[in-house]
Amino acid sequence: MIKEESAGPPTVITRPWNNPKVRSIFFQAVLLIVVVSFGMYIFGNTAANLEKQGIATGFRFMGTTAGFGIITHLIEYSEDSSYGRAFAVGLLNTLLVAFTGIIAATIIGVFIGIARLSKNWLISHLAMVYVEIFRNIPLLLQIFFWYFAVLRALPAPKASLNFADGVFVNNRGIYLPSAIYEEGFSLVIWALVIAIIAVLVMTRWAHKRQDATGQQFHTIYYSIGLLIGLPLLALVVTGFPLSWEIPELKGFNFVGGTVIIPEFIALWVSLSIYTASFIAEIVRAGVQAVSHGQTEASNALGLTAGPTLRLVILPQALRVIIPPLSSQYLNLTKNSSLATAIAYPELVSVFTGTILNQTGQAVEIISITMAVYLSISLSISAFMNWYNAKMALVER
Amino acid sequence: MNKITSTVMMASLLAISASTSAATLDDVIGKGFVQCGVSQGLPGFSQFDDKGNWSGVDVDICRAMAAAIFNDSEAVKYTPLSAKERFTALQSGEIDVLSRNTTWTATRDTALGLNFAGVNYYDGQGFLVRKDLGVNDALELGGAAVCTQTGTTTELNVSDYFRANNLEYTIVAYEKADEVVAAYDAGRCDVYTTDQSGLYAQRTKLKDPSAHKVLPNVISKEPLGPVVRQGDDQWFNVTRWSLFCMINAEEMGVTSKNIKSKMGGDPATKRLLGEEGSFGENLGVSPTWCANIVSQVGNYGESFARNLSVPPLNISRGVNELWSKGGIQYAPPIR
Repeated sequence: MIKEESAGPPTVITRPWNNPKVRSIFFQAVLLIVVVSFGMYIFGNTAANLEKQGIATGFRFMGTTAGFGIITHLIEYSEDSSYGRAFAVGLLNTLLVAFTGIIAATIIGVFIGIARLSKNWLISHLAMVYVEIFRNIPLLLQIFFWYFAVLRALPAPKASLNFADGVFVNNRGIYLPSAIYEEGFSLVIWALVIAIIAVLVMTRWAHKRQDATGQQFHTIYYSIGLLIGLPLLALVVTGFPLSWEIPELKGFNFVGGTVIIPEFIALWVSLSIYTASFIAEIVRAGVQAVSHGQTEASNALGLTAGPTLRLVILPQALRVIIPPLSSQYLNLTKNSSLATAIAYPELVSVFTGTILNQTGQAVEIISITMAVYLSISLSISAFMNWYNAKMALVER
Repeated sequence: MNKITSTVMMASLLAISASTSAATLDDVIGKGFVQCGVSQGLPGFSQFDDKGNWSGVDVDICRAMAAAIFNDSEAVKYTPLSAKERFTALQSGEIDVLSRNTTWTATRDTALGLNFAGVNYYDGQGFLVRKDLGVNDALELGGAAVCTQTGTTTELNVSDYFRANNLEYTIVAYEKADEVVAAYDAGRCDVYTTDQSGLYAQRTKLKDPSAHKVLPNVISKEPLGPVVRQGDDQWFNVTRWSLFCMINAEEMGVTSKNIKSKMGGDPATKRLLGEEGSFGENLGVSPTWCANIVSQVGNYGESFARNLSVPPLNISRGVNELWSKGGIQYAPPIR
């Protein structure tokens, strides 16, 4: 007996319920079952109740004819299009205002945030006033302010302001000439694509060369030359296959050309300005998080204020800036749904407004809308996380 | 996102609590008031004054129902709803009846699980324009920018009308009626379109109402009436006959002023006022239900005159006159 015990390794008998691995799997399985069955109960209950009340269900409505007009659409759309297409129009309008808003808000925000740190008393206090005003007024009020400010400040179509040839501004929007591409224009596009690729390749090569030899290369001048020169060359070769459609006043309104509606302008301006006030504070916090010693060291190396900010401070500040910045991008995208108040036809206005009312299928439409916003937000998050990982301080 | 929060909440409310019991009348008697869905403020139909009192022909339907059920026309609570919230609020049981200038259409009557109990106003869609535009007919509106409200039948009607007549147009659709009026006033659109009654009502909110006119064209049929959920015939009957009582009372010349002197009159009037027959009992309300409605709310004509035929609206009866006087308002007899 004694011999046997001492021979093998000490056998520790762990019962399954004492094994941490088994326990964790067990509890996760229980949680999963509870969540899934709760979801199934909700789904079944909803379906049964809708059935009992005689309310139509399902997604067949997406294929039926919409029958209503939408003021601005990035893709082809008419009253004969389906609800599905109207949904796509609304979604693209949401993405358009979110994308342009994020770009504008970032530029204004970085500018104001750095201005707040300026040693110039006037500039830093102007930036402070900007931040305090715009982040403390509810966004919906700002949207109304810009919308009615834009509408009331601009003249009626018959008294339009004419800035340049074919550019008209009135309270129905900004009318621009639109380009009509003729045969052979694709060559110009290809020239542009080739130029972009060439610039990317050249930048990499210049970086490698600088790393290896220390020699600098004036990438910027060559890039501009390539980007403008190649397409221009293609235009000349193909004989300018491009004509302009000039908007003209016919009856009540301008006809032809491209129009940027005041609803878009008001929404874009208010979203950008509002979000920029938060971004400015994030940028300020990020820059202040970089130790002052870095500035002193950079000055000691002989760098002036500009390169110090660009090459030393901002790259380190970005680590602190990017995570809260992502939240602001998400906020901006979701806030774009306030557009429904001023008739900009984005997702909420078109889909959960008009289409919901015409079909009455609230559960389906709200579910789709929530899924869409969730997807947009998760995509932005994924991109920002990737960018954050790329920018993170490499520990050596 | 805030904008859709309320809709989301309503949708989830619908998902979870859609099992509201079928016997709405019992629920209403139990809680002691009628929960009535109305507009967010449409003069003449449902509007509130500075003391928070609601009035209008749509509000009078709810007051009539309360008078029939509780003998107290004030036993009503109001829920102001936007055009796109209204059906979800009714389906989910948040309100008992929707009396909110709502057009009776096939989709709403079937796929939405709703029932229209009758028509308390025969309307039609029209156009409001500035007088200085020099337009006298809707067919001259080619190329115009048209302002309207989302979630209404007007969006579809206007698109049908302009396409049928090969006219170009751009539609600008806002969520709330007040924003439509403000944008139209600021010159965003050449035309404001909604039901004609609504145009007269909203015109009073403009900076200079006299500078605008309603075009004569009527481009659609808009029968407006109270709506209830499908599957509760008793409640449907209470709603429908509250309206019919008011119309019948006008036809028989019974008003809130002369109702005392009409008591004990001819057999039809006796049935109307509950002195004969068991019509109230059959409905599930008190025997004097219709007498209560007429004495507290008035007949259909009184309600119309009090709310719509007064300045600044000055809407004439038109097709809403009784059938016996050349209109199309007609109620089945109480017998």
